[in-house]
Amino acid sequence: MKQFLKRINFYELVRPVGQMLTFSVGSAVCMSVIAVVLALILDQTYIGADIMEKYRVTLFTYTMINLPQVVIDGLTIGFVYAAIALGYTMVYGVLEFINFAHSEIFAVGAFVGVEFLIALGSAGVLSGASLPMAYAYLTLAIFLGMLAAGGLAVTVERVAYRPLRGASRLVPLISAIGVSFLLQDVIRLVEGVTTGQFNRIFPTFGNFDARIIFGKLAMGASKITMGISVKSIIVIVSAVLMLVALNYLVNATRIGKAIRAVAQDRSTASLMGINVNRIISLTFLVGGLLGGAAGVLYALKFTRIDPFVGFFPGLKAFTAAVLGGIGNMTGALLGGIVLGMLETFAGSYMGVFTMGAAGSEYKDIFAFSILILVLIFRPQGLMGKHVGQKA
Amino acid sequence: MVSSYFKELFDRANQGRLAYFFVIAHIFAGTYLVYTQPRSNLAFLVLITSFLSLYFFRTSSRFKLVAGVVLALVIVPIVGVRNIFYLEVIFQIAVFAALALGLNIVVGFAGLLDLGYVAFYAVGAYLWAFFGSQQFYVLHFAPGTQPSDLPFLLPGDTFYMFILVGIIVAGVTGIILGLPVLRLRGDYLAIVTLGFGEVIRVLANNLDKPLNFTNGPQGITPIQRPTMPDMVVDWFNGIFGGVVGHDVSPANLYNLMFYLYALIMIIVIIFVTRRLNDSKIGRAWTAVREDETAAIAQGIPLVRMKLTAFAVGASFAGAMGVLLAASRTFISPESFSFMQSIGVLSMVILGGAGSIPGVILGAATVTILNLQVLQGFSLYLNELRQSDAVIPIINFAWKDLSTQLDPAKYQRLLFGLILILMMIFRPAGLIPASRRKRELDRDETK
Repeated sequence: MKQFLKRINFYELVRPVGQMLTFSVGSAVCMSVIAVVLALILDQTYIGADIMEKYRVTLFTYTMINLPQVVIDGLTIGFVYAAIALGYTMVYGVLEFINFAHSEIFAVGAFVGVEFLIALGSAGVLSGASLPMAYAYLTLAIFLGMLAAGGLAVTVERVAYRPLRGASRLVPLISAIGVSFLLQDVIRLVEGVTTGQFNRIFPTFGNFDARIIFGKLAMGASKITMGISVKSIIVIVSAVLMLVALNYLVNATRIGKAIRAVAQDRSTASLMGINVNRIISLTFLVGGLLGGAAGVLYALKFTRIDPFVGFFPGLKAFTAAVLGGIGNMTGALLGGIVLGMLETFAGSYMGVFTMGAAGSEYKDIFAFSILILVLIFRPQGLMGKHVGQKA
Repeated sequence: MVSSYFKELFDRANQGRLAYFFVIAHIFAGTYLVYTQPRSNLAFLVLITSFLSLYFFRTSSRFKLVAGVVLALVIVPIVGVRNIFYLEVIFQIAVFAALALGLNIVVGFAGLLDLGYVAFYAVGAYLWAFFGSQQFYVLHFAPGTQPSDLPFLLPGDTFYMFILVGIIVAGVTGIILGLPVLRLRGDYLAIVTLGFGEVIRVLANNLDKPLNFTNGPQGITPIQRPTMPDMVVDWFNGIFGGVVGHDVSPANLYNLMFYLYALIMIIVIIFVTRRLNDSKIGRAWTAVREDETAAIAQGIPLVRMKLTAFAVGASFAGAMGVLLAASRTFISPESFSFMQSIGVLSMVILGGAGSIPGVILGAATVTILNLQVLQGFSLYLNELRQSDAVIPIINFAWKDLSTQLDPAKYQRLLFGLILILMMIFRPAGLIPASRRKRELDRDETK
């Protein structure tokens, strides 16, 4: 036992948790300050007067009331983005290639998990399940989603990417776009033939929809409810666990060392006796596992999934990876959290701040604007080092 | 080898008079088949593929020109007005061929992967949709609440002017988008253009408030067409009425007119593309595509050359957008989805990036697969559903098959398969560009 404990690198377990805490708290504080200051300024204009007339509160109070919920929603979706973004970033780090099909790998994970739970539900197991059993089923669903997505990711790499290694950059990218489109319709086909429906609903069981209330804060005439739904806690906790595990795998094990070596220089790594193809497959497997788990968590959080569910989360996760500095794992984590926060804040407050002219319907393109801005002003991302193009 | 045997056979037929004979026989056979069986998809395929034999058989260029003009301007239109579905198919082939040729400049010549190409198409379409309809007077009404007796902003004949305006506006949009992002590496550019395509679609969906520019998801209708004098209708029926077998209505003649306009656009695009490709700019594009670093070392202004390709491609899409808005008299954000961009891309990749005949072949193939093969398969499945047939071994009754399963809607599967298979097995496309072909031949002789 002592021997075993000695081998564990505790630093690598603590460091990512610290990073996540810093990033979460930092981005939450930054965004909140911006939102509150904006609200205070706009209160002086006729936008504030308009809110006063409609809801009988100042814009400041309105912002404050919604703030806790917005921060928690932002964190939840941020961690989902981070888990997907790590899949992009790891593959990019090793192959310098945007795995466009990663969003569909995520969707497949979501579908496998949800279909499993629906099957359990129709067998009558879910409705009478006790709380520990409910959690066990959810865990099992997440594992199945991970397995399916990981297996698929490895298969896709073997079939559609490996034959193209060494071709010019755009060739595997086009193939990846093809895989992405193909998979969307394959999901649709399978669902259409087997169930006749494309939209699947995450079954309700356990206490996942409940909310834990911490307390209420008086705020003028109205009250701020401090609470968090169980779903969000599950999503955040599982994402944190996975991210810590991944960090440990990459930074503190022999396999991780091999992955890093391949990412740094493929041919030299192969001279050092590393089986490059196996490491690349492994990278896809790890990325797929994370993506699949993120898919099930996403389904838990948003309940409804359809065959195209992967498209927007996938693109946003890619944006997150670029925002943090693609190829950099800490960067993907930071990018995911920041992007989730930004997007949720924009989605919740833009409508009110602009008097309904530009509301949450622009939420989805908000990420792209960020992507374009990042690429113009800081193409290496927030944490990336500037590297010249490899010829 | 079977393929080399076929090649030998083809080479033997492809000599002297025999080649002329085969081309003419193919055209006649196609025309005869479609004329006697106007509903058969197979007959239509025979006719359409006669363009292929016209391309592949070695005949004099004067013969090719005459035969091509007769096929495209006489036989296909007459066949089209006899069965209006064929007219739709050839119109779509023409539109997509023009779009694919435009994208070919960006992807094939300059080697920039543009995943949001239909955004420029949308810019053109919404431009004419706004100015060529009543939308200007609807600005202050929410969708669906406008009064019904509004005037049109501009007369329909300003359509011709707006083709030019569309070219300019889309080109400028391309430059504005390209300026910041063309400094980036190719794969980033792909994602940014994808994002831009989505931005345009979301804007089209949501710009119905605070001022109603696009009428939201319901789309804009009616959009005006250029006027067609009665004289033209009478003239057409006078000459071709006997061959067609019935009088052609003005509505169908409009479709024919837009088909001809699309053809003219294709010819203009081919002309411009070939001239550009043979010029200094074209050589610069090739250099940039093959090796950016080496191109810079040769003194090629990288960003400016990329920007030219981007803007030229975008402006063609803009012109086609104006044409689409006028021909459909209705547009909605639906027509400009990401899937459309990938559809056009798969046409370019299937035919062969950088190869003009290849891209046209790709556009025709994908459109026919889309409109005829997938839909034919759908109809067949529906028939099976209505029958009492059962799949033998697994004992599955066809009528239990979900009605959601409609092959006509599985275009993504088609596009995806095309992209993957082409990239793995034939990255240069069905008809490789001449430069690529020379490279491939050289590799083989080594």
